[in-house]
Amino acid sequence: MAKRSIVFTENLRELGLLIFIVVLSLAIQARNSAFLTPQNIAAMLTNTSILAILAVGMMLVLVTRGIDLSIGSIMAFTGMVTALTVAGIPGIPPIVAILLSTVLGAAIGMMTGVLVARFDVLPVIATLGMMNVVRGLTYVVSGGQWVSSYQMSTEFKAIATGNTLGINNLIMIAVVVYVVAGFFINHTRTGRRIYAVGSNPLAAEVSGIPKRRLIFLVYSIMGGLAGLAGVLWVARFASAQGNTAIGYELQVIAACILGGVSITGGVGRLSGLLLGTLMLGILANALPLIDVSPFWQQGIQGFVVLAAVITNVLVRRNTQRNALRRRAI
Amino acid sequence: MSDQIRIGITRERNWREFFFQWEWLLVGVLLLVIAVNTWISPFFLNLNTFIRTPATFLDKAFIVFPMMFVLILAKIDISVGSTVALSAVIMATSYNAGLPMPLAMLLCLTIAGLGGAINGWLLVKFKELSFVIVTLSTMIIYRGIAYIILGDQASGGFPDWFSFLGWGEILGVPFIFLVFILTAIAFGLLLHKTTFGRAVFGMGRNAMASRYSGVNVDRVVFTVFALNGLMAGVTALFLTSRMGSTRPNVATGYELEVIAMVALGGVSTSGGIGRIGGPILAVFIIGFLSYGMGLANLQAPLVLVVIGSLLIVSVLVHRIRFRSKKKINSTV
Repeated sequence: MAKRSIVFTENLRELGLLIFIVVLSLAIQARNSAFLTPQNIAAMLTNTSILAILAVGMMLVLVTRGIDLSIGSIMAFTGMVTALTVAGIPGIPPIVAILLSTVLGAAIGMMTGVLVARFDVLPVIATLGMMNVVRGLTYVVSGGQWVSSYQMSTEFKAIATGNTLGINNLIMIAVVVYVVAGFFINHTRTGRRIYAVGSNPLAAEVSGIPKRRLIFLVYSIMGGLAGLAGVLWVARFASAQGNTAIGYELQVIAACILGGVSITGGVGRLSGLLLGTLMLGILANALPLIDVSPFWQQGIQGFVVLAAVITNVLVRRNTQRNALRRRAI
Repeated sequence: MSDQIRIGITRERNWREFFFQWEWLLVGVLLLVIAVNTWISPFFLNLNTFIRTPATFLDKAFIVFPMMFVLILAKIDISVGSTVALSAVIMATSYNAGLPMPLAMLLCLTIAGLGGAINGWLLVKFKELSFVIVTLSTMIIYRGIAYIILGDQASGGFPDWFSFLGWGEILGVPFIFLVFILTAIAFGLLLHKTTFGRAVFGMGRNAMASRYSGVNVDRVVFTVFALNGLMAGVTALFLTSRMGSTRPNVATGYELEVIAMVALGGVSTSGGIGRIGGPILAVFIIGFLSYGMGLANLQAPLVLVVIGSLLIVSVLVHRIRFRSKKKINSTV
C-alpha cells in the first residue's frame, strides 16, 4: 500500500514536471520561434547529453546518501590528459582516447570511494578536497596552457561532431549509458542493493549487503562517467583548458534534484532524471533566445533547485500525514 | 565523550594526554613551515615582515571561528565564499549608487548576516533537508545574484580611508591582525565559557539529548549559521579593502580553505569535538604555507593541491585516531 503511494506520487511529480516543460517550451516558442526548430532541438539535445551522462552517476551517489562535488574537476583533468595525449600521439584511435579518459576518471573516483567507504570521511569533505586537488593537478599537468582545436586530430573531434545512424554521437552515447544504467539499476542484484543501502543503511548491512563495497563502487562509477564526460566535453568544444567545467557539478546535482532524486537517499528514477536534465538543458538553451543575460542563469538554477527540494519536502510531509490519517481510521 | 573519560583517569595519564594533544603537533608543523620559509627567503624571519605577512591571509580567517561552531554542530556550510562575494558586490554597487561608505559597510554586514540567517532558517524550518543541500543551493543562489548585479564587471573606487581596514597599521601591527586577535578572544570565550558554547558542544554530541534537556536547539542552529554569514561579511569588508575593488567571482574556494583550516585545527567533522586554539594555529599554518609557496615561486594551482590534500589528510588522521580511541574505550 505504502509502496504504491510512493510510486504514485513519483508518477504525479514526473507528470507535473513534464507538463511544466511543455508549457515552458511553448512559452519560449511564443517569444522566439527559433526555439522549436529541428536544428535547435538537435543542438540542445547534443549539449544536454553530457549533463545527462553525469546525472546517472550522480543519481547513484545521491541514492547512497552521498554527494560528489569533484566531478567538474575530474572532467577537466581527464579531458586535459586525453587532449595532451591526442596532441602528442596524433594517430591514436578515438576509442582509445575515450577509454583512457574513462579509466583515469574511474581511478580518481576510486580514491574518493576509498576515503568515503573505507575511512568514513564525509562525502562533502572528501569530494571538496578532491575537487581542489584534481583541479590543481589539471593546471600542473597542462602548465597553465590550453590544448586547442588545431592540435587535435579530425577523428578525435569527430567523437562529438560525427553521427551514428543519423543521430549525433553524443546523444547516442548518452542513450547507451541510459540503457545500460536502466538494466543495471532495475535488473541486477548489485543495482537493487545500492538502493537498499541508500534507503536503510543499517538494515542493509545487517542483512548481509556489502555496504562499503557498494559505496566504493558508486563513486568509482561516478568517476568513470566523469572521465567519459571529460573527453566528450573536450571533443565537443575542441579545446581543453584548466578551468574546463568549473562548477559543473552544481548543474548535475541540480538536474538530479529536479528529477526527483532524494538527497536523503534511496529514491531516484531514470525517467525523472531524464526530465530534470531536459529541464535544465532547456533553461540553458532558451535564456539567450529570449534575451535574458547569461549572467542570470546561475541564479535561476539555484532558485529552481531550492524550490524543488522544498516542494519535495512539503509533498512528502503531506503524503505522510495522509498515510497517518488513513491508519488512524 | 572524551571529556568525561578524561575526568576519570589518573594524573599520570593526564600528563601524557597533555603532551599528546593535537595542538602540539600543530605547533610543530607551524615551526616547520616557518623554518622552511626562512630557508627559502632570508627576509622572511625579520620581525617587521613576520608581523606583516599575516595581513595577506587573515581576511578569510574571520570565517574560521563561526565555521568551527558549524562543524562542532556536525554540520558544514559551503555557501560562505558566495556570501562574501554577494555582500562585497552589494556594498560596492550601493556605494557607487550614492550610499555613504559607512552605510554601505553596514549594508554589507547586514546582507551577509541575512544570507547566513536564511541558511539557518531553512535548516530549522525544513528539518528533512540536509545542511549539504541547503548550503549548496544558497551557494549557487548568492553567487548567482552577485553575477546578476555586476555581470563580469568590477566595482570599486572606494574612499581612501577604506583601505585602512586591509592595509592600515597601529603601532606597527596590521589593523587586520588586531581585529583577528579580538575576534579570536571573543569567539574563544563564546565557545568555552558560555552556556551557548556548551549547548553547541552538547548538540554536536547528541542533538536529541540536548533538546530533551531544555536547549533551544532551533535557536542555536539559527544563531550559528547567522553568525557564520555575518563573519563572511567581515571577511568581505577586509578582502574588498585589500583589493580596492570587487567582482562577482571573488572569494571562490574560500569555503575549502576555511573548512580545511577548521579540520586541520582538530575539529571533528562528526561533531562535538574541538578547541579554539587548534583552528587559530591552522590559520597560520595554511597561511604561511601558501605564502611560502609564493616565495618559492611555485604555481598557484599547487597551493590548491596542497590545501585540498591537507583537508583530506587531517580528516583521515582524525578518523583513524578517533577509531583507535573508540576501540580502547570499548575494551576497557
